[in-house]
Amino acid sequence: MEKERHVLVVFPHPDDEAFGVSGTIASHVNMGTPVTYACLTLGQMGRNMGNPPFANRETLPAIRKKELKDAARAMGINDLRMLGFRDKTVEFEDENMLSNLMSSLITELNPSLVITFYPGYSVHPDHEATGAAVVRAVEKIPEADRPKLHCVAFSRNCVEELGEPDIVYDISAVADIKLDAIRAHRSQTELMLEEMAVKLKEKDPKTLAWINNERFWTYKFS
Amino acid sequence: MDPVILSEVQKALDRFKDKEVYVHLETTNGAYASHNNESFFSSGAYIRNAKVTYERAKITGEGPFRTGLKIPFGWVYAEGITHFEIDDKGRLLLAGHDFNGKLAVALEISETPFE
Repeated sequence: MEKERHVLVVFPHPDDEAFGVSGTIASHVNMGTPVTYACLTLGQMGRNMGNPPFANRETLPAIRKKELKDAARAMGINDLRMLGFRDKTVEFEDENMLSNLMSSLITELNPSLVITFYPGYSVHPDHEATGAAVVRAVEKIPEADRPKLHCVAFSRNCVEELGEPDIVYDISAVADIKLDAIRAHRSQTELMLEEMAVKLKEKDPKTLAWINNERFWTYKFS
Repeated sequence: MDPVILSEVQKALDRFKDKEVYVHLETTNGAYASHNNESFFSSGAYIRNAKVTYERAKITGEGPFRTGLKIPFGWVYAEGITHFEIDDKGRLLLAGHDFNGKLAVALEISETPFE
């Protein structure tokens, strides 16, 4: 992993960072690189309410906001930006406004690396809209001055169409931090963690690979 | 939230009768439903802070419950309601949770707009 000047991570939901990139973030933080996480929404439309329910539609945003802050603390991020959009509405927002917002973050922070979702290959409409806004913002920068753009993709067709990811980090050295980040999003991850704990104990190779490898595709500008 | 107690919910519904209220109604099966199961047809609907006045409202069924609000020129209803809460702002929050505790439907009524 190269030492970066500044890393900017842009995702729409609290917990998007935890599964795919928290190990990468922790590794950059460990190298002394400043990391900014810009999170567009508070995941207000999350569906996991517990059984019996510990949350409702109106209390969930505050719960997830706290979880997001806890996760950022676990990863050592000290610049967390909450951009104030509503979950599941990002794709309906004005595209220019979104791109301009991303441009202003890039201008302010001057990152050498930006991480977001790969538009077209990231399943959730908010992921797609967020990734597309970041791509449009980076595209406007003259090619020689652009930061690196690493994208997370997980649609069924992503490997078939994009090829294998060109960047795979083994983050096992910071796997504990990653698990803490996942755990911080308790309202959404508790059920899943129960299943995962058993598999981790059994050293299930698939689960270990899923935790320890973080995969990115360098964005291909056309 | 607590499992629905019909009489409590009916009392709360009646309390908002003939008043201008804000309604939140949503139904969802999650953004990943079709990703996880290609044969699943994903759908959902969401309306937040619709301002209505209803002349009657009823919660009925044997559980999960159905709730309908009769408004001047039409209806608002939700099916699959399992839980309720009257929160500290006096709002009636109704929700339907599936077998894993995931929110599947919500119908909420308030005299002030939801945030």
